[in-house]
Amino acid sequence: MSNYFKSFDWVTLVMYLILVFAGWLTIHAASYNLEDPDISIFDFSRPSGKQIVWIALSVFLVVLILVTDSKFFITYAPVIYTLMMILLLATIFIGTNINGSHSWIKIGAFSIQPAEFGKFSTALMLAWLFNTYNFKLTRPSNFLRAVLIIIVPVILIILQRETGSALVYFSLVLLFYRQGMSGIILWLGFSMVLIFVLGIRYSIDIATGDPSLFGQELVLSIIPFLVVLMFVFYLEDYYSAFKLGIISAAVLIAGGLIIRYLPPYLPEPYAGLFVKYATYRNMALLLSIYSALYTLWHYLLSRYLPYLWVALIGLFFIGWLFLCHAAFNKLEDHQRTRIEVLLGIKQDLKGAGYNVNQAKIAIGSGGFLGKGYLQGTQTKLSYVPEQETDFIFCTVGEEKGFLGSSLLVLLYMALILRLIWLAERQRTVFAQIYGYCVASIFAFHVFINVGMVIGLVPVIGIPLPFFSYGGSGLWSFTILLFIFLKLDMSRIDSY
Amino acid sequence: MQHDYQLEKRRFVIGGLVVLILLIYIGRLFQLQVIDDNWEQMSVDNAFYTRIVYPSRGLIYDRNGQLLVDNEPAYDLVVTMRNVKDLDTLDFCQTLGITKEYFIARMKKIRNTRGYSSYTQQTFASQLSGYDYGILQERLYRYRGFEIVPRTVRQYKIPIAPLIMGNIREVSPKEIEKDPYYMRGDYVGDLGVERSYETYLRGVKGKEILYRDAHGRVQGHYAGGAYDIQPVSGHNLTLSIDANLQAYAESLMVNKVGAVVAIEPKTGEVLCAVSAPTFDPRLLVGRQRGKNYSELYKTPFKPLFDRAVSATYPPGSTFKPTQGLIGLQEGAITPNTLFPCHHGFHLGSFKLGCHGHPSPLPLIPAIATSCNGYFCGTLMNILNDRRRYPTIQDAFEKWKNYMVSMGYGYPLGIDIPNEKRGFIPNNQFYNKAFKTEAWKTINIISISIGQGEIMATPLQIANLGATIANRGWFYTPHVVHAIQDTLLPDTFSVKRKTLIDTRWYDYIVEGMRGAVTGGTCRKASLDVKGIEVCGKTGTAQNPHGKDHSVFMGFAPMDDPKIAICVFVEQGGFGATYGVPIGSLVMEKYLTGSISPSRQYLEDAMLNGNTMQFMDAKNYR
Repeated sequence: MSNYFKSFDWVTLVMYLILVFAGWLTIHAASYNLEDPDISIFDFSRPSGKQIVWIALSVFLVVLILVTDSKFFITYAPVIYTLMMILLLATIFIGTNINGSHSWIKIGAFSIQPAEFGKFSTALMLAWLFNTYNFKLTRPSNFLRAVLIIIVPVILIILQRETGSALVYFSLVLLFYRQGMSGIILWLGFSMVLIFVLGIRYSIDIATGDPSLFGQELVLSIIPFLVVLMFVFYLEDYYSAFKLGIISAAVLIAGGLIIRYLPPYLPEPYAGLFVKYATYRNMALLLSIYSALYTLWHYLLSRYLPYLWVALIGLFFIGWLFLCHAAFNKLEDHQRTRIEVLLGIKQDLKGAGYNVNQAKIAIGSGGFLGKGYLQGTQTKLSYVPEQETDFIFCTVGEEKGFLGSSLLVLLYMALILRLIWLAERQRTVFAQIYGYCVASIFAFHVFINVGMVIGLVPVIGIPLPFFSYGGSGLWSFTILLFIFLKLDMSRIDSY
Repeated sequence: MQHDYQLEKRRFVIGGLVVLILLIYIGRLFQLQVIDDNWEQMSVDNAFYTRIVYPSRGLIYDRNGQLLVDNEPAYDLVVTMRNVKDLDTLDFCQTLGITKEYFIARMKKIRNTRGYSSYTQQTFASQLSGYDYGILQERLYRYRGFEIVPRTVRQYKIPIAPLIMGNIREVSPKEIEKDPYYMRGDYVGDLGVERSYETYLRGVKGKEILYRDAHGRVQGHYAGGAYDIQPVSGHNLTLSIDANLQAYAESLMVNKVGAVVAIEPKTGEVLCAVSAPTFDPRLLVGRQRGKNYSELYKTPFKPLFDRAVSATYPPGSTFKPTQGLIGLQEGAITPNTLFPCHHGFHLGSFKLGCHGHPSPLPLIPAIATSCNGYFCGTLMNILNDRRRYPTIQDAFEKWKNYMVSMGYGYPLGIDIPNEKRGFIPNNQFYNKAFKTEAWKTINIISISIGQGEIMATPLQIANLGATIANRGWFYTPHVVHAIQDTLLPDTFSVKRKTLIDTRWYDYIVEGMRGAVTGGTCRKASLDVKGIEVCGKTGTAQNPHGKDHSVFMGFAPMDDPKIAICVFVEQGGFGATYGVPIGSLVMEKYLTGSISPSRQYLEDAMLNGNTMQFMDAKNYR
């Protein structure tokens, strides 16, 4: 029995308890009323009081999970998954309509959100799939099956009109990457986002509001170096990478200087033609095309297929830049405004930017040490929306300042790294895959939720694990975490 | 379980990604919370709402403690545009009794005003009646963004002296720029002591710091009201004006155009200051203020023009005592100097007419009979004696200094706005006017009898009366007797001495007494034992019409309690309106009533109407 407890990961449990307790205190602060300072944190008519009930029920769930044989989860994963998918499907039809979303089921006085529970069941199902005999992610049929397991809940949740919750499932690509999916896909995704953000962000001069070529110039100057990076990390052809890097840097600097200073010395009509056609953008465009052709030339010499992929990706980046511009200009006004606000091109403090701006005011006004517990005005006077749920981080930022909020971020970082470390030490594929699912889901929630309130990612309404008020969320994260801790406890048995 | 070491390395990529992103987040938190410092102010602007608490304005009493100006509650309807939501315009208009068109126009006007902000309160309607307030108060919860602000308006207990008391109006954008104390919608004094004692009367605004939630609803006092500031009420004023005397003098000036100014010589306190025609100060209170103001502005004879301090007239013969005084002081004449006068002053072909009286005359009877010839001769003696002054310019400079010391030529500094300086010419003026320095006394001789270029306000003439009554000194005239809990400005307690010795005044006083006992002012004689009135008439020539009737006097002779100037435009001889009105006001003040033997004079003055003969067009 002592062995049994020794194999339990107490570190994670302590982090879990700190988060839940701090979350409870913060929920009290977020719903506190300045005019009525005697309000009790235990008042059951208020969020902090109700949260006690959810926490108590979580303890019950934890005990239940810990006494369950870990083989139960492995054996019954497909059953749990199937039942949960049926529930998600049913929710579309029987869910109560809350602001157009049909994701809540009312049972008496309580409401639960099945989408939250889809996470652990999907994680279990993925773990089960990876655990099947002779499973290899690199095999297309296996890959498709894994994708299918994720896509089903995504579609069902989107049909409930809870797009934010659906996005969480995409975090599982981290797991795929860990299990052998080519890193080039992640790289591609990262590069496309980078090109989109830079290309659009600098396509408008913020001071004057006029269109600007700087976005294109910037991206086209970066593309050759993205190709260089692919030479280094993917092709591992350091010599060619070095050559292309030097050429690109030299061309950009020398060309830039010539374009800037040459025209006065040219006779007409050459000066006019030069100014018209020999622009920095055109030069950078040619250089980007050159970097792709350079790679293609290497392919033709070596007939080594990855060179071809890199050449095509390079060309794709150029096309992607122009596609982004074309698509952006075709967007409806209100959609374009949302993107412009997010990228900081426009301020729209009354509309799309209001919530984030108020959240930033709350966090920014906290200063280094914060205003003090229960002293935040931004959250208590309802300037910050959803201050007990999705925007609860604002209360931490406002009342606990940089010290408290960065400590909280560090705590989440520690939890996620701990989970990755735990996953890596598993001896069964099932437990390892499941562990990675848990880490990915937590990481995604923290990235999106915190990133949203500090204005770095778009507003996507998903809770902060263990902090946000709400029973479904707390239970879902608790189940997710403690099934893994149970699997981790049993790792000794799996020899 | 198989191990793929190539893939196991990827945990560092994943872990590294987590660390990288969260470190970026911490960097961002550092930027927001530690580097940027504008968020703090934005959260304060959001959450705290400072509500101004208006103090009650100081009250105004007369010299006998009678309440003249009181405060009365009124209600302003204000709107904060940002908070207006889901307004049922029709219902709102019905409640206020306005049309939808008016509502739209009014909202538009508010938005277009200079300095408009959708975050601050803008006045939608000011000074609602108690009835409107009652109805609105009940329904206000329906109109988000609208609030009622309690204010006070002035209530005039006795409808007199509108230009001394002044009134209050909304502060103008210019005044807001000049004085940061004011905010849009505040009230500020206009005209009279309301304006000149504004800083005493207005008090100090207080404020309440309140929490306001995202919907603009007030959630209570910040820190339980610890940072709230209580307003400080304005200082009450006690005027030196005698309300009964003011009312009496106003009644005598009905249907006349002009001014009556009475001063207590010992203190410089103004006992009454009438500008006729006058108007009811209550016209400038409440929602009708703007309309009434523009109507008063257009009324014939300009009742808003304060003739007591702002009108400048030729002082006529009331000026003669000053010439006698300068002549005596300069040694240009003695009390016994005689000047011949044969129905006027003659020099070569020049002739300035006079009325019938014995000739030649010494100073005292010359004042009593207002002999023109005598004072023309006096000015000749003053300016033409080259033994004393090498040039006429030097002599005239000296003359001007005497006049200025007697309160002429510059504003006296009374504590009501818009006082004019009148006009006393100097060397430069005449050098320029004659285009030579070689001008002679004869060219300017009419100034010796208060005509020509000389201009004075009724206040300056009354002040001359006070100076003579005091035998050579005066206090700056003022209408405020005391300010509650503080002192009057120092300027009103500094004795201002003229450049004339006291002994010379006795001859002038005797002359002015003579005018009452047997000269031009016989009607000024009171039928009361022991009250010796001194006076001097004036009949100021008026190029635009009939002569102005002027009286300057004081009483009692040896213990003066009142000095007065009456100026009735186009009233004819000084004795026609000036003397009776002046003596009636003095009698009323000194005895409290009019003796039966003088009742006929009072009736004549009350019924007298000079206005009907005057052409109002000249005054528009």
